[in-house]
Amino acid sequence: MSVNVNESTNRPTNDASEMLVEIRDAVKYFPIKQGVVVKREIGRVHAVEGVSLSVRRGETLGLVGETGCGKSTLARCVTRLHSLTSGQILFEGQDITDLSRSRVRPYRRRMQMIFQDPYGSLNPRRRVGSIIGDPFAIHGEGDRDERKPKVQELMELVGLNPEHYNRFPAEFSGGQRQRIGVARALALKPSLIVADEPVSALDVSIQAQIINLLDDLQQEFGLTYLFISHDLSVVRHVSDRIAVMYLGQVVELADSEELHNRPRHPYTNALLSAASVADPDQAAARQRIVLTGDVPSPVAPPTGCRFHPRCPKAQAICVQEQPPLVARAGDPDTHLTACHFPVEPGEDLTRVTATIPEEERAE
Amino acid sequence: MSADETVAASLTETATGSTAAPAVIPAGAIEGRSPWQLAWFILRKDRAAMISLGFIVFIALVAITAPLLAHWIGYGPTDQDRTNGITVDGLPVAPNSQHLFGTDNLGRDILVRTIYGTQVSLLVGVASTLLAVAMGVLVGLAAGYFGSVVDSVLSRAMDVVLSFPFLLFAIALVSIYGSGLGISVFVIAFFTWAAVGRIVRGQTLSIREKDYIEAARSLGAGDMRIMFVDVLPNVLAPVIVYTTLLIPIAIVFESTLSFLGLGVVPPTPTWGNMLSDSLDFYQVAWWFPLFPGLALLLTTLAFNLLGDGVRDALDPRAGRLSQD
Repeated sequence: MSVNVNESTNRPTNDASEMLVEIRDAVKYFPIKQGVVVKREIGRVHAVEGVSLSVRRGETLGLVGETGCGKSTLARCVTRLHSLTSGQILFEGQDITDLSRSRVRPYRRRMQMIFQDPYGSLNPRRRVGSIIGDPFAIHGEGDRDERKPKVQELMELVGLNPEHYNRFPAEFSGGQRQRIGVARALALKPSLIVADEPVSALDVSIQAQIINLLDDLQQEFGLTYLFISHDLSVVRHVSDRIAVMYLGQVVELADSEELHNRPRHPYTNALLSAASVADPDQAAARQRIVLTGDVPSPVAPPTGCRFHPRCPKAQAICVQEQPPLVARAGDPDTHLTACHFPVEPGEDLTRVTATIPEEERAE
Repeated sequence: MSADETVAASLTETATGSTAAPAVIPAGAIEGRSPWQLAWFILRKDRAAMISLGFIVFIALVAITAPLLAHWIGYGPTDQDRTNGITVDGLPVAPNSQHLFGTDNLGRDILVRTIYGTQVSLLVGVASTLLAVAMGVLVGLAAGYFGSVVDSVLSRAMDVVLSFPFLLFAIALVSIYGSGLGISVFVIAFFTWAAVGRIVRGQTLSIREKDYIEAARSLGAGDMRIMFVDVLPNVLAPVIVYTTLLIPIAIVFESTLSFLGLGVVPPTPTWGNMLSDSLDFYQVAWWFPLFPGLALLLTTLAFNLLGDGVRDALDPRAGRLSQD
């Protein structure tokens, strides 16, 4: 096995300006409380556990994983909507992890979010013009009259009719509403946009429009995206690099094409085999890896490798030891996998069986 | 025609319009129909509510023009008509051409006194309701938005207020501070704000979890801005409904206080103290309690019917108002 170090440390420091965001050992627990008057903590949801990632300036980093794997929580930690339990978030080299609300405000201008639900993320009682103008109002840029042309310019930029300035969100379709969300995120010319499943709630035909819009805007303004989705085909299309998350941890990180051509983690393999394929002949011909069981509860995650109770290749060591996220033998430096027994190219996962005794499988 | 072409067409239209014909609607002039406007469209079709609204406007006009009306009728609210307003036995006079609603036991014209009573009733009803709603909205927003300790303290305070016996407290306060218009407004507001507070708190709790609140937070909006710009417009619908239903309650409260001699001081006429005065005479003078009582009944009925109409118009569960 080749000697490799953690991704956050293997880059020389003079490279730091290239890194827009660095997440170091991010941990986020949500306490579960019980009691009417005096609330006792009776458990913790391990939403994010020890994630180290970095987003380079100008790239799109895709974050995939199934529902509840902590990808949205991680995104909200990056934008400081949640505070981390431990770990660090660096934005343009500055540690913003523990900044107070007023100190973090200047950074809010430079990182914006696009939300999943275009119906829920726009205030139904406010006019579109004032929703898109909100960033200007909050950061004290111009009075109402000065903001209006800026807002209409933004509306045109995202493909909305600027004459609809005075309309209400209810008068727009889902795709148009998501354009409103994009316009709001763009208003202050941020360097980072965290897109939390921006197309998941949309019709497939509309998804392409929004993705193309995001793509165009990235080229025009040199934006950096942290793009979250559970749809691998969408992520593959937009991302330069992809991080796969499972139960609060990154299990595989690689360039987009590399990940699709040579997925090393068994979970990534299973995910890829489940992604929809447009061609029915191909869809019928492919081998689907069907995982057994459900995702374990994040309140009491499994020991060792978190994927071992469902992994077709699991062995005794997987129960005891957590595999580090490093480049595995034969992989380029940029392809990191957290697995003791990475999948070899050509290996058929549907034919292997785990070799750990049933009683050792921690559920 | 595709959407883009429509945009382009309308853009060129406005571009040429601004140079050639200034009469063309400028860009940005398309009005959206707000949820409030939609509610108004529904309310306008509710006949009972619109009749009630008409009646409320009517009594409001009556209250404002009371001195004019009194001058026109010929008697002031406290003028005693010793020649035609009282019988030789010292009893009230029945309705006749000179006193359309009759007179009371002191020979005062009941029509004029009922008209003047409108002033007190509306003033106390509206003022105390506005005070109560303002307090309830502030406390409810704070409790619902901040949660945890703030919520516990404010919610318990509301529970305490709601468990107070209204009349006992009113009698105690009036015996200390004396009766009057101001104290009536305060007492009524004090006993009604907590109900508004509870409604606002409940709504705020659910609005707080919406995505658009998180969006505002990620833009860097402060608590005050989120509470008043983002949360408040969304909790306003039930508040408006409750306000219209609270006004008649406050009017009845004021009449109760006046009836018991705890409200506005005589001889200023209110519906409550007129009813109280009529207690000894209602067996011989049916008109004495009838007209102030009828005024009270019709006014509260109108506000209640309007409140029902407003609730139907604003209720998202009725499915007539688009609400996400």
